[in-house]
Amino acid sequence: MSEPTRRSVLKTSVFLACCGISHVRLARARAGPVEALPVKEITGGIFAFAGRPEMMTAKNEGEICNVSFIVGDEAVAVIDSGGSVAEGRELVAAIRARTGKPIRYLINTHMHPDHIFGNAAFGETGAIVVGHHNLPRALTARGDYYLQSYREAMGSELMADIRIIPPTKLITGEEQLDLGKRKLTLKAWKPAHTDNDLTIFDEQTGTLFTGDLCFIEHLPTMDGSLLGWIAQLEELKGIKAKFAVPGHGPVPSAWPEALEQEQRYFDALARDIRKAIADGVPMAEAVKTAAESERDNWRLFDEYNVRNATAAFAELEWE
Amino acid sequence: MTIKPIRLRSRVVAFVFLALVGLAVPFAAGAQSASVPDTKTWDGLKGDVFGQKPIGDAGGIISIDAPKRAEDAAIVPIDLHFKTDAATGRIKAVTLIVDENPSPVAAVFQFGKDAGVTHLATRLRVNAYSYVRAIAETEDGKLHMTQTFVKASGGCSAPAMKNQDEALASLGKMKLRVFTSKTPGNEPMTRATEMQLMIRHPNNSGLQMDQLTRYYIPAHFIQGLTVSQGDRLIMSMEGGISISEDPNFRFEFDAKPGEDVKVEAADTEGKKFQDEWPVESSSL
Repeated sequence: MSEPTRRSVLKTSVFLACCGISHVRLARARAGPVEALPVKEITGGIFAFAGRPEMMTAKNEGEICNVSFIVGDEAVAVIDSGGSVAEGRELVAAIRARTGKPIRYLINTHMHPDHIFGNAAFGETGAIVVGHHNLPRALTARGDYYLQSYREAMGSELMADIRIIPPTKLITGEEQLDLGKRKLTLKAWKPAHTDNDLTIFDEQTGTLFTGDLCFIEHLPTMDGSLLGWIAQLEELKGIKAKFAVPGHGPVPSAWPEALEQEQRYFDALARDIRKAIADGVPMAEAVKTAAESERDNWRLFDEYNVRNATAAFAELEWE
Repeated sequence: MTIKPIRLRSRVVAFVFLALVGLAVPFAAGAQSASVPDTKTWDGLKGDVFGQKPIGDAGGIISIDAPKRAEDAAIVPIDLHFKTDAATGRIKAVTLIVDENPSPVAAVFQFGKDAGVTHLATRLRVNAYSYVRAIAETEDGKLHMTQTFVKASGGCSAPAMKNQDEALASLGKMKLRVFTSKTPGNEPMTRATEMQLMIRHPNNSGLQMDQLTRYYIPAHFIQGLTVSQGDRLIMSMEGGISISEDPNFRFEFDAKPGEDVKVEAADTEGKKFQDEWPVESSSL
């Protein structure tokens, strides 16, 4: 891909503005066919791409979480669409490079932008968007804010195509989807990472897609309920999977060992915050040192730990 | 719009409400990308809140502390300290404003005459890079302002509820904590005491549009709050939507040992919540 110079972009912008054509569209046309996301086949018919443990930026096109697809006899299911429509299109290209079968489902594991900003890339595939029964409500509360607040980090060009597309098939409790001789079990969890976490289990290969209920390397982020997350770790561990595709971290990962890192972090965070609350330390002070012992075990600790501590403090105060 | 009519009790609350009605525009126009502090928003705002009244510098009468970055956009801790022995007289009221929020007036606090409130901490939603400012009105009628700049959060943090079902399930539940006083008081009758009041409430902003129906979710927040001890008013608050979910107030005041602390709150749906706690002499 050749980068247009700043001057040529400015010139074409002026020219195209006169013609009423967006320069974004031209830039894409010039880039030629969409490159396929470099997915790898981790086991029979399951392909995954491991995102980078970074913040979403224009440079990484929001490709920070793990995205996957599963090919059945009749159809394909996609798990998360990525952090931009650009990534979503690359994912569609990766699917098309492997199979011509229809993409029947696009499953969103939860509300966060790195997992759903690519949804618009699947508009033409006819895929049914599937999510937790709380996901539409969560996107209603946050969608506009996400579109506003990511503009700075992602740039207006990447953001231009992004739409908040809520699921139309909603999961309550457990439900199965069939891809043709391949059954996926979807489970809607109680509030943990968010209040709309969904996991997907492929019976044929024993692969568990945890969404962000499992973080490895990338510090977990707290946007639901710390207590709910800790409480459900036992149930999560009980799933008889051979291995896991976590929301962030190596693909695939050993199961249930994949949960050990985050469990240790949650324990440290809850312990430190509970002590601060008991001692009467104000929130603003307590969050500065909570879970400090975990600093060297994670990427993005400085970006997310204070925020996690803040959310944990507000929750644990009610114990 | 399905926002239920609320009884307007002052022009400040009226302002909050009007900002709520005309919400689509201010939200989209939020200065999200402005990383350099700019007072343009405040310049346009102050007349709506304070009319032509001159606003002076804080001059030590009031000070504000907030983190430089809103780590969790939904819960940004704000600390206010008051110097009540200033020549201008005690502080009667404090207005808390988040310039770039869709409804900038977060709250207006009034303090009881002999309450002796010296410190107040609460938590705010901060939607964008914004000044957070506190304007104190002293007994002589003058206004004194202090402000701090807060950068918006990074990552996927949003000024929205994390656990909506929980927030509604325990609506109105209150908790009061009394902290052991740091400095032993000399006066026999009153002592500076630190307390923390917590109220379970979604304090929902009503600024979010349902993507399917294109209707705004009705606002649902605590609009009035009164804290008193015995017959004395400690403080009251007229609240807006920039106060975080589960409103939380930690404050220091002159407590009278043995008298109950009473809290009354009312939300925009007309629900009233109240609770009372005995304050033992030994805990002061």
